Amino acid sequence: MSTETKIAVGQELPPLALPPVDRTMLFLFGGASGDHNPIHIDIDFARKAGMPDIFAHGMLGMAWMGRLLTRWAPQAKLRKFDARFQGITHLGNAITVTGKVTAIAEVNGERCATIALANTNQYGQVKIVGEALVAIG
Amino acid sequence: MIDRKWIGHVSAPSELALDRGRLRFFAKAIGETDPVYTEVEAAKAAGYADLPAPPTFLFAAEMDSGAVMQTLEDLKIPLAKLLHGEQSFTYLRPACAGDVITVVSKIADIYDKKGGALEFVVKQSEARNQNGDLVAELRSTLVCRN
Repeated sequence: MSTETKIAVGQELPPLALPPVDRTMLFLFGGASGDHNPIHIDIDFARKAGMPDIFAHGMLGMAWMGRLLTRWAPQAKLRKFDARFQGITHLGNAITVTGKVTAIAEVNGERCATIALANTNQYGQVKIVGEALVAIG
Repeated sequence: MIDRKWIGHVSAPSELALDRGRLRFFAKAIGETDPVYTEVEAAKAAGYADLPAPPTFLFAAEMDSGAVMQTLEDLKIPLAKLLHGEQSFTYLRPACAGDVITVVSKIADIYDKKGGALEFVVKQSEARNQNGDLVAELRSTLVCRN
């Protein structure tokens, strides 16, 4: 993690670029996360539900956000992590996770940075927005 | 419409024993390459008792146990109409391989928008370790597209 003196409001975290979503990724995540909802695995089920194809689990996108955070600061410093799933991440979407320090304040006696997060695909569509609170003291 | 009687309902506890194999599988599935999440020595050098569960991993407890599916069944939300709206984690202490995590959830709220076209279920959960210590609090907003 950057030293305390280097962290400032407006600072951008190093972005994390993911490969395009493919079926293998979704099958692996379904198994590893325990989410066996067929809408992420079975194209027949997805079509019956009115979707063109299977699509990524929201929690896979949030896990990618988590990777951005934990390579910037040790996970033990992570205090809070929220995500709002605002668009479906489709097969072929290549997500880039970005993060930016939006505030630095004392929270429960600890100096903390608020990080605004976003998962954006190659067409500029924002699929997930998030916010994290990271102790930087 | 989802029956509002479920507001306040508390789920049966979901127990998830954290093991290294599962955590390595999860790391692979999310493309995690930091050795802290796959190599015990790296985890210990970073100050963890063993491989740490990544920030979103504890969501698996109620997926594995079937508690989430039971909630959807109780509330009569078909999988085909389900979306995940929001997810929140508050962290109190690390969870590592070797820990046994128990998650208990409560339906905090059920409400609708757009004249019932969208219904929202807010679920609040506590994750505790084998010592009874609170590890994390989770909050999920599930969306049913009617």
